[in-house]
Amino acid sequence: MSNVDFPASVEAIRRRREEPGQAGHHDHGGPVAGAGHGDTGPATKRIIVGYGFWIFLLSDIVMFSCFFATYAVLQHATAGGPGIRQIVELPRVEWETAFLLMSSFTCGLSFAATNARNVLWTQIFLVITGLLGLGFVLLEVQEFIGLTQQGIIPQRSGFLTGFFSLVGTHGLHVSAGLLWLGTMLAQVQVKGFRREIVHRLICFNLFWHALDIVWVGIFTIVYLLGSIG
Amino acid sequence: MFGKLSWSAIPFDQPIPLITSLIIVVVVLGVLIYTAVKGWWPYIWREWITTVDHKRIGIMYCLLGVLMLIRGFADAIMMRTQQAVAINAPGYLPAEHYNQIFSAHGTIMIFFAAMPLVIGFMNFVMPLQLGVRDVAFPTLNSVSFWLTASGALLVNVSLFIGEFARTGWLPYPPLSEAAYSPGVGVDYYLWAVQISGIGTMMTGINFVTTVLKLRCTGMGYFRMPMFCWTTLASSLIIVAVFPILTATLAMLTLDRYFGFHFFTSDAGGNPMMFMNLIWAWGHPEVYILVLPAFGIFSEIFSTFSGKPLFGYRSMVAATLFICVVSMMTWLHHFFTMGAGAAVNTAFGISTSIIAVGTGVKIYNWIFTMYGGRVRFDTPMLWSLGFIFTFVIGGMTGVLLAVPPADFIVHNSMFLVAHFHNVIVGGVVFALFAGLEYWFPKAFGFRLHEGWGKTAFWFALIGFWVTFTPLYIVGMAGMTRRLQHLDVEGWRPYMQVALIGVGILIIGAICQVIQLVVSIVQREKLRDVTGDPWDGRSLEWATPSPAPFFNFAVTPNVEGEEPYWGIKQKAIESQVLSPEPDYQPIEMPVNSGVGFYTAFFASVTGFALIWHIWWLAVLGLIGAFIAFVVLAWRDVHEYEVPAEIVAKVDRARRAAREAFLERVEREGRLAS
Repeated sequence: MSNVDFPASVEAIRRRREEPGQAGHHDHGGPVAGAGHGDTGPATKRIIVGYGFWIFLLSDIVMFSCFFATYAVLQHATAGGPGIRQIVELPRVEWETAFLLMSSFTCGLSFAATNARNVLWTQIFLVITGLLGLGFVLLEVQEFIGLTQQGIIPQRSGFLTGFFSLVGTHGLHVSAGLLWLGTMLAQVQVKGFRREIVHRLICFNLFWHALDIVWVGIFTIVYLLGSIG
Repeated sequence: MFGKLSWSAIPFDQPIPLITSLIIVVVVLGVLIYTAVKGWWPYIWREWITTVDHKRIGIMYCLLGVLMLIRGFADAIMMRTQQAVAINAPGYLPAEHYNQIFSAHGTIMIFFAAMPLVIGFMNFVMPLQLGVRDVAFPTLNSVSFWLTASGALLVNVSLFIGEFARTGWLPYPPLSEAAYSPGVGVDYYLWAVQISGIGTMMTGINFVTTVLKLRCTGMGYFRMPMFCWTTLASSLIIVAVFPILTATLAMLTLDRYFGFHFFTSDAGGNPMMFMNLIWAWGHPEVYILVLPAFGIFSEIFSTFSGKPLFGYRSMVAATLFICVVSMMTWLHHFFTMGAGAAVNTAFGISTSIIAVGTGVKIYNWIFTMYGGRVRFDTPMLWSLGFIFTFVIGGMTGVLLAVPPADFIVHNSMFLVAHFHNVIVGGVVFALFAGLEYWFPKAFGFRLHEGWGKTAFWFALIGFWVTFTPLYIVGMAGMTRRLQHLDVEGWRPYMQVALIGVGILIIGAICQVIQLVVSIVQREKLRDVTGDPWDGRSLEWATPSPAPFFNFAVTPNVEGEEPYWGIKQKAIESQVLSPEPDYQPIEMPVNSGVGFYTAFFASVTGFALIWHIWWLAVLGLIGAFIAFVVLAWRDVHEYEVPAEIVAKVDRARRAAREAFLERVEREGRLAS
């Protein structure tokens, strides 16, 4: 199934059959069969899986927003301890951001390869994505260890609690994503592009991009505003 | 090795929890052994524990809910008894035990009785009404159920090993912080609710996707039965607010386990942040419960009045209005926080406004009955009792929504009476009505009418005898959660409330008798046609009990109230629609992953509660392996041969044809 080159015209028909209701790729003349809206009957499995995962991501973002809110509330509750300006190390954060945004790009490339049903390039880009993600996590761990050595720990004040929890929750998500990525690599290698594997790759891509969006929020609200505030 | 766990965790010195838990252990062991001796375990494993059938998962949810309802009711009986005897006296429950009881009562009733029952109904009914064969993610559905069961297990384990929280059903800091609650009680609460909350969140995701993406052909949004709309609204709220619960409990956990300062009263922590976060989940939570209840009543009023639901579209609008506004009222739970007049006014207004949406619904139900041929079967009695009870509960709610009035009755028995008035009158009555209404669809026979009606009258009268005195003493200044009282004048009220509980106990016994009598007389109560109540939505198009694939051929809906339309056509023309061309059906295969995940979640939760770290790590690894094994399976669906589909559906058609023949033979259409 993989690595076989078909002309684009064949590919186009295959993809339309696989996902007739794909958003944005049909004329807007009304509900499309397989999309699951209106009264045209159940959506295709692919739409259902993707849609369900979107809903999950929304709920995950609500969870992050709680941590953002607590950070905002506790921001100035330093209890005489260090504030955000003593923590921010902009060069490190810039590297972290670069790694994560690059990994989102390579993740997108891996899905382009998936769409072309190319196992090799899918795997290569997934591995690069994983390495960049790992780089991000390592930088963050290094940051946390450094802060701990200076006695800057979450137990010190409300503010530090908020800071470590918000940034750490995102870091945990990235780490969980790496674990997921590892199992996806194995699945793609062993099972190829079966229908459910492709669905999982879609979900993984959505997850990885969502983590980027959350990071942009953390980068801006915690680090950038922190460095000038 | 075993963290904080030692023999002193078993309450040898407290006879009440010790004897209760011994009885529970003996009964559970007895049931397990009896099942093993009878050789039923393979059947139970194959057909129930690993099932991904939404109907069976729904039934298991309801079973769990009913068991926990009994446990929560037992707690309630103990509290009412204590308050009736502990007036200028110590009573029979020591304070630390009494505090655990009221905490457990609230926690169990909301998380492990009401939620499982509501989710059970949504599971069972919604796919049938939408004309589809299962929910969007059947295996995830099984995981959700077993995680809920895991949480319920942990709460009940706390009775025997260790203790439960003494902090109320929402563990307010700083009391719930490690400094003031050093025991494992709050940890039991945290992990039990966290685990079941994750299950509930996945249910919400599952149901939103199901309603929005998985309806049968022709089932446009404005053709969905009202119960599906309320399921959608309720699931949307779950998706929006359960993450807040997860985050808040995680924060309190970090405070307790690692000495963080989210909610502590020192080092910059902010206890009021907990109140805001927890009620940002907690207030929408009551609408998660009551919206599906409204859906159940909508179905029942329409069916038993023989009329379409009055004002269907306004009902949809009111449902979605409540769905949104439910998230804008949380601050009314702590008007006394000191947010200032402007903030309190805004939340007072939003709280009063939400009653408008509910009012629209009440009038719609009343107008549905107007001009209809109302049948007073048991489900309809519960529904009428609901209108009467819920309207009064709603009015006391509007009273509490006025901040100056709230300052006076805040945290009083008046508040306790109010929310029992809406949750019992709204949610519990709906659940009993729904059990009565959909029982034949689940098991193939109706419940006994006489015992059902008896149970209703005892419950209705018992409810009012219990809670009217509580309204009065609340107005007189009695605060909630008192282990003993020192006002002699409240004694008569407490005794009347105790009599009310006695009447409720008789009602509960009537319900048990009803179940037993119905099972004994099941042949007499058999639902032959699959449409015992002259229903209007698609679940009644299936035979009773519904086959595992729900519909032999997925329906093609051509209007509102699809089944009513099909039935009218058949009765008028005296023939069923022509026999369809039966095709093989693809159904999802069973999966044990839900059970395994919940097993490891229970182990992990228990290990974390008792600080047994190695066991917690093992549990997490086990859960991860369970998921990878699930991901590795190759067969996701199996095929039901066309012959089996045809056989089941021909039996259904034969029953319906017999009904049509009876209509003709008795000349019902002649005049």
